[in-house]
Amino acid sequence: MMQLYLKYAAIILKGRMQDKASFFFGILGQALASLSSFFAVYFIFYRFKTVKGFSFSEVLLCFSLSLISFSFAECFARGFDRFAVFISDGTFDRMLVRPRNTVFQVAASTMEFSRIGRFIEAAIVFIYALSTCGISFSAGRIAALAMMFAGSCALFSGMFVLYAALCFFTLEGLEFINIFTDGAREFGEYPLAVYGKRVLKFCTFVIPYALVQYYPFLYVTGRSSRAWYILLPLAGIVFLLPCYVFWRFGLRHYVSTGS
Amino acid sequence: MIDAEHISKTFKIARRDAGFGKAVGALFKRDYTYIHALDDVSFSIPDGEIVGYIGPNGAGKSSTIKILCGILVPDSGTCLINGHVPWKERREHVKKIGVVFGQRSQLWWDVPVADSFELLKEIYAVDYAAYKKNMQDLTELLDLGDFLQLPVRSLSLGQRMRCEIAAALLHNPDILFLDEPTIGLDAVSKIAVRSFIKTLNKERHTTVLLTTHDMNDIEALARRIILIGKGHILMDTTFPDFISRADAAFKQNKGCAADRGDDNRLETLTASLYTEFGI
Amino acid sequence: MKYWCFFKIRFTTSLQYRAAALAGIVTQFAWGSLLILLFRAFYESNPAAFPLPFASLTSYIWLQQAFLTLLAPWAYNTEIMDSIQNGTIAYELCRPTDLYTMWFVKNTAERCAKVCLRGLPILIVAGFLPAPYGFSLPSGGINFFLFILSLLLGHMVVVALNMLLFITAFYTTSTQGSRILFNNVAEFLFGGVVPLPFFPPAVLAVLNFLPFSAIQNTPFLLYTGYYPAGSAVKNMCIQIFWIVILITAGHRWLKKSFRKITVMGG
Repeated sequence: MMQLYLKYAAIILKGRMQDKASFFFGILGQALASLSSFFAVYFIFYRFKTVKGFSFSEVLLCFSLSLISFSFAECFARGFDRFAVFISDGTFDRMLVRPRNTVFQVAASTMEFSRIGRFIEAAIVFIYALSTCGISFSAGRIAALAMMFAGSCALFSGMFVLYAALCFFTLEGLEFINIFTDGAREFGEYPLAVYGKRVLKFCTFVIPYALVQYYPFLYVTGRSSRAWYILLPLAGIVFLLPCYVFWRFGLRHYVSTGS
Repeated sequence: MIDAEHISKTFKIARRDAGFGKAVGALFKRDYTYIHALDDVSFSIPDGEIVGYIGPNGAGKSSTIKILCGILVPDSGTCLINGHVPWKERREHVKKIGVVFGQRSQLWWDVPVADSFELLKEIYAVDYAAYKKNMQDLTELLDLGDFLQLPVRSLSLGQRMRCEIAAALLHNPDILFLDEPTIGLDAVSKIAVRSFIKTLNKERHTTVLLTTHDMNDIEALARRIILIGKGHILMDTTFPDFISRADAAFKQNKGCAADRGDDNRLETLTASLYTEFGI
Repeated sequence: MKYWCFFKIRFTTSLQYRAAALAGIVTQFAWGSLLILLFRAFYESNPAAFPLPFASLTSYIWLQQAFLTLLAPWAYNTEIMDSIQNGTIAYELCRPTDLYTMWFVKNTAERCAKVCLRGLPILIVAGFLPAPYGFSLPSGGINFFLFILSLLLGHMVVVALNMLLFITAFYTTSTQGSRILFNNVAEFLFGGVVPLPFFPPAVLAVLNFLPFSAIQNTPFLLYTGYYPAGSAVKNMCIQIFWIVILITAGHRWLKKSFRKITVMGG
């Protein structure tokens, strides 16, 4: 399966590199996007210095982790973000005629290598944040960071699959999912508590953003000593299950009603 | 063996009317129309037969093909293709069929054709020896040698269509569905495609279901014709019988026999048959 | 006049997508709300750190959300660039219309239609929110009038910039890279990632030499009464300056690009 995925990647990469200028612009564009996000945080902190007790470096840690996980998830899940196009131009029908799992085909269909720019960018900020945040890293805290990464990746991927599954039912009016994908990335740059109690509650009980980002982060920064917070990001991985189930449900609906 | 029995399918479409006033009205209320795409469609196609599936636009041809491919589930009726129910055993079923959609490409646009073929080989898990032999045969029969290394983007329509057909046959399917394969092709390419399909059918015994508006395709290839109109199967017969029925319809309509020398004779005859059936 | 016809057709078509409009309203409302909650948290930590009072900032943000489709650099339809890539533009060239004007009109019509569908409802709902979170009324009649004018000018600047991007499609085989670059750079420079007033003054001074700050920053600050009367007019003149430059350059460049057309494929 992995081998096949790599073959897909090779053919897409080869296609992209046909237009070298475009390929380069894309990477540059994505890198600049990450840079812009960084400057946004920097400019705001330039004036305000702290927010809800979190320092600039601490927020940078949160910021870079959100960006790293999102770019990583996007590498694999970008096809789901473009799924509306696949349905409307018949590409998905073509996938149905091939003897491979549809989720796999959608994931393998689109890889945006330009996103590497974002990933590297975020990684650099992450390393910088690690070195300036003044946190002493125990094994537990490192584990928490790793879990946050895994959980966030899973959660973002799940949201992408959810969006694509909705495309089986309608192609219109799905823009609001943007709040949960790009929005989660943008607003996830800051520890979720800054948005107030209600948002935090929503992100704890409805879509587990707080479980992969906020609570483990409290543990990492020493604001909480509850070690079981390290395990909370598992909720992100568990979240994938209902998303996949919904995808299967949507697929059944799609083949019954036609395009 | 393709076995379709009493297939029916209805679609629900939201209406979009033209004009500024209607557009604002649509903001508040939606109307739906029901399209009965297929109504009690049944036919049986034995192995190795080439069937021409014809009918006017909107008759239900694409819906039928989709159901036979397994990407659309009918509202009622059954279908068995070589022992599989297409929409229930999708992956098993599609391994054994090849599909060519005339209007849409299944090849990767910016890379050489050969690369697309390689990836398809992996997707269909064709073993290397079989793939090599297949490639040789297909390259020779379809005369692909000159442009296998060119990106699909830069091919002419005729070249592209030949590659599409090759791509659909890489995994040696028992059944080939062709949806408008010669549309937009020049005369030379059309003849090449037709002779290829004939050879394929003779040598590999591939069953072919051909949907087309070009009656010359049908004349060259199909021994059997199924005519569908407004979702109903109106005729399921041999090609000679189809022609004589069409002749009769023409005579009735125009009061004289169709001109044998007319280039568009087949089209004219088919058109009169459509008129007679009211489709 | 035929351009009015094009405008009407595009406008009407864009109106039909009501579900999309509703989704857009919800999305943008949520986005605006989250942004305001974020800034509230910052203001709490250090109330005096920022030149704009919180109530003005919230109006700025609601204006930004409401007029997103009118002013955002990335809110264009890729149809035109695609038509250059796949050769459909041949049809356009056979018509007796000025291509630049027609594209301009198309872009404008679509953006305007979407704003009508989404923008007004957002402002209305935001108007009902409790102050200072909500959308407050303009600071004076003259400012409001100047705001409307400036809004239209800003819109023309962004469409002219889009035109330049479209023309690059003549020179590349794939538009993806240039679109990504443009979208991301423009988004940041026009104040879409973080509102321009947050930029350090030194950076802003440099930024003001580019057309991006003339798109939404000028009209929105006009609305909040941030500019004293004199500088308001000055800023609007800068907008007009950019409109003239960008449209002239774009028009000339498009003419030159015709000679470079390669229509691909068979």
